[in-house]
Amino acid sequence: MLTKRIIPCLDIKDGRTVKGVQFENIRDAGDPVELAKWYAEQGADELVFLDITATNEGRKTFAQLVRDIARHIDIPFTVGGGIGSVADVEVLLQNGADKVSINSSAIKTPQLVEELARHFGSQCVTVAIDTKYTEATGWKVYTRAGTVETEHQTVDWAKQVVDLGAGEILLTSMNNDGTKAGFALDITGKVANAVTVPVIASGGAGSMEHFANAFLQANADAALAASLFHFRELGVAELKQYLKQQGIAVRI
Amino acid sequence: MNLVIVDYKAGNVQSVQFALERLGVQATLSSDFETIKAADKVIFPGVGQAASAMAQLKARNLDKLLPTLEQPFFGVCLGMQLLCQHSEEGDTELLNIIPLTVKHFETELKVPHMGWNQLEQLNSPLFNGVPEKDFVYYVHSYYVPLSDYTIAQTSYPEPFSAALQYKNFYAAQFHPEKSGAAGSQILKNFLAL
Repeated sequence: MLTKRIIPCLDIKDGRTVKGVQFENIRDAGDPVELAKWYAEQGADELVFLDITATNEGRKTFAQLVRDIARHIDIPFTVGGGIGSVADVEVLLQNGADKVSINSSAIKTPQLVEELARHFGSQCVTVAIDTKYTEATGWKVYTRAGTVETEHQTVDWAKQVVDLGAGEILLTSMNNDGTKAGFALDITGKVANAVTVPVIASGGAGSMEHFANAFLQANADAALAASLFHFRELGVAELKQYLKQQGIAVRI
Repeated sequence: MNLVIVDYKAGNVQSVQFALERLGVQATLSSDFETIKAADKVIFPGVGQAASAMAQLKARNLDKLLPTLEQPFFGVCLGMQLLCQHSEEGDTELLNIIPLTVKHFETELKVPHMGWNQLEQLNSPLFNGVPEKDFVYYVHSYYVPLSDYTIAQTSYPEPFSAALQYKNFYAAQFHPEKSGAAGSQILKNFLAL
């Protein structure tokens, strides 16, 4: 049976992991390759690396890092952050990334999704959607790291990018992100049921139960978290054992 | 061992090369007829779209060469599908090494079939040391139905060909290079054939 995926997300700046990662048994927790290997050993199903570097120099470092990661880990990984063209994607895939995640550039130029799917296949095109709920607007899509509201309603935008060729949706609820109060089950469920491609729930994970809810109640195909794993509040192996006990198909 | 990975600009060649490196094996990337023909073993990766991959093969005359190879050959993912006769993806004529048709998943489940799924009915030295129901990583929207050439199967929700063998041509729909310990074992087994 196809299993639900658990995906740790690592923020990268100038080739190093950001956020104060505290691991005793890792030589250099700021080294994304060391951390990635550790997560893979713990049973992570995939990894996401998000480049938050703003400079061109940093981007070159990131491409080199992608190559190092591909060299050392034997599970799939997605890379994102600042991708704006077919050429950008080509560099990342050639260096060994399995998928790329695009966000603001899809909003700016929806045809980019189509172009990427045509060049590289839908299977490697993940569209990341940052969504935020307000009483007045409902669940709207935000862009530019969540700072700018767009005209798009979330479910409509998800359907649109899938029609353009996205092979996966990474849905982050800004309302939930950082709260540790659980994933946004309502919008995650709506998107998961509206599109034919897999949906990754993101934002708000604070407990093992939250992951179970994302899978059982919101029908998510995968769930992503960052600080929860980085600060060792929750272990991937322990989480997967729990999910298995809940009757959820996971790879152990 | 002289191991060649077919490089035709439609493959995840880098990932395959790195996976082999982790096993301590250096592979040569090549699209050159003579180099491939002279190899002890050939690995044929592939991602992307069937028609554009076939166009890349034809541009290098590899559509004529690959079917003539006699050494152990391993097609991966799209590289497995390309060995078949015909694909529903873009109504594409393939290399026609194995007389099978590649079909699109018609299911209520999510497509692409993406993530870790289980290998069953293992029936080949390719799976020595790999337990039944072990997990491997898939990402694909088209599949090869079960056939006389099926040497492993996976269900989504119906069983399909996880791996094929016809003469010296072995193939896997999943990605051994991204499938953790199970994937490494399968690559090792291919190298030992």
